[in-house]
Amino acid sequence: MSLATAVVDVAVRHAAGRRVTAVELRVGGMRQVVPSSLSFYFAICGRDTLCEDARLEQVIVPTRLRCEKCESEWEPDLPFFFCASCASSDVKVVGGEEFEIESIIVEEDKEEAACTASK
Amino acid sequence: MHRIKVKVVEDALDANATIARANRDDFDRHGMTVVNMMSSPGAGKTALLEAGLRGLEGVRAGVLEGDVQGSYDADRIAHLHIPVAQIQTQNGFGGECHLDANMVRSGLNALPLDLLDLLIVENVGNLVCPAEFRIGEDKRIMVTSVTEGEDKPLKYPLMFRACELVLVNKIDLLPHLDFDLDLFLHHLDAVNPGARKLLVSARTGDGVEEWREWLYYTAQGAKATA
Repeated sequence: MSLATAVVDVAVRHAAGRRVTAVELRVGGMRQVVPSSLSFYFAICGRDTLCEDARLEQVIVPTRLRCEKCESEWEPDLPFFFCASCASSDVKVVGGEEFEIESIIVEEDKEEAACTASK
Repeated sequence: MHRIKVKVVEDALDANATIARANRDDFDRHGMTVVNMMSSPGAGKTALLEAGLRGLEGVRAGVLEGDVQGSYDADRIAHLHIPVAQIQTQNGFGGECHLDANMVRSGLNALPLDLLDLLIVENVGNLVCPAEFRIGEDKRIMVTSVTEGEDKPLKYPLMFRACELVLVNKIDLLPHLDFDLDLFLHHLDAVNPGARKLLVSARTGDGVEEWREWLYYTAQGAKATA
C-alpha cells in the first residue's frame, strides 16, 4: 500500500496537473514486490487523483550480481551471495534493487502542448 | 487532447529517503545512535529488549515502539523506567505494516532526545515492508527465532541482507524442534555473508550478555564521534 502510494505521489507530481494514463515502473528482482498486488493497490491509491484509471506498467529488472574479486557477473536463481567461480563473498548487487518510475504518459490538450513547446 | 510521454527516472521512495536524512541529521545533532529492530511478529523483539536493556549500564537508552494498534509493548518497556513512546500505524489501510521515516519523525517529539545515547526503534513485526523503508537509523538489526524455519533467509533475502546483526532467539527450544541450526546459519551466510550472529534466549538469558554488550558498544561508537 505504501509503495503504491509512493508511486502515485511521484507520478502526480510530475504530471503537473495533467491526467496520467500510464506509469512505467522499473521493479528490481530483489525488491519484494508482488506485481499483481502493486497493481491492485495502485488502482485504489490512484482514485480521486490524476492517476485515476491509469495503467501501471511494471518492468521487472532481473537480479544481477558481480564478484568484486574475479569480476564475473551472473543472475542468481537463489539469493546466494557467493561467487560460483571463485567462492568469494565480496559480491555486489549490480541490478535488481530498482524501484524507479521511468516515465509517465499524460494527456495534454493542444493549447497546453503549444504552450509547452514554445517554452 | 493527445498523449505525451514524460521522462521521470526517480526512485519512488525518494520522499521517504529525504525525511530519513532529516531524521539522521537530528539524531547526529543529539549524538544519539539509532537502531532499527525488525522481525516477524512474535520473534521476541520486545522480550529481547527487556532482557538486554535491563542491566545495561553506562548508556541512556530509549525505545520507540511501532505497532498497528495498542501499546502493549510500550507498557512492557515502561516497566524498565526508561523513556518510551508508541507509534500506532492503524491510520493506514487496515494499519500500516511497517514504520517509515515520517512516522518515526512524528514519534520523536515524545522522547527526550537530548538525554539519550541510544534509541531503539522496534518496528512493526513483518519480514517484508520494514526492509524497504529507511528511517534514518545508524544500524539495522533483526530478530529471527528457531520456530520460524531454516529457509527464511532465502525467502526474505531483502530483510536478511538489510541488517548487520541477526539475533537468533528462542534457542532454548532447539531440543524440542526439528530446526536445523547449521542449515539456517548456512542460508544466512549465503544471503548476508558479513552479518554478525548471536544465538540467544530471552527466556533463559543465554546470549543476552553478548546482546547487551553489542548495545553498549554500538551506543559508545556514536558518542565517541558526536
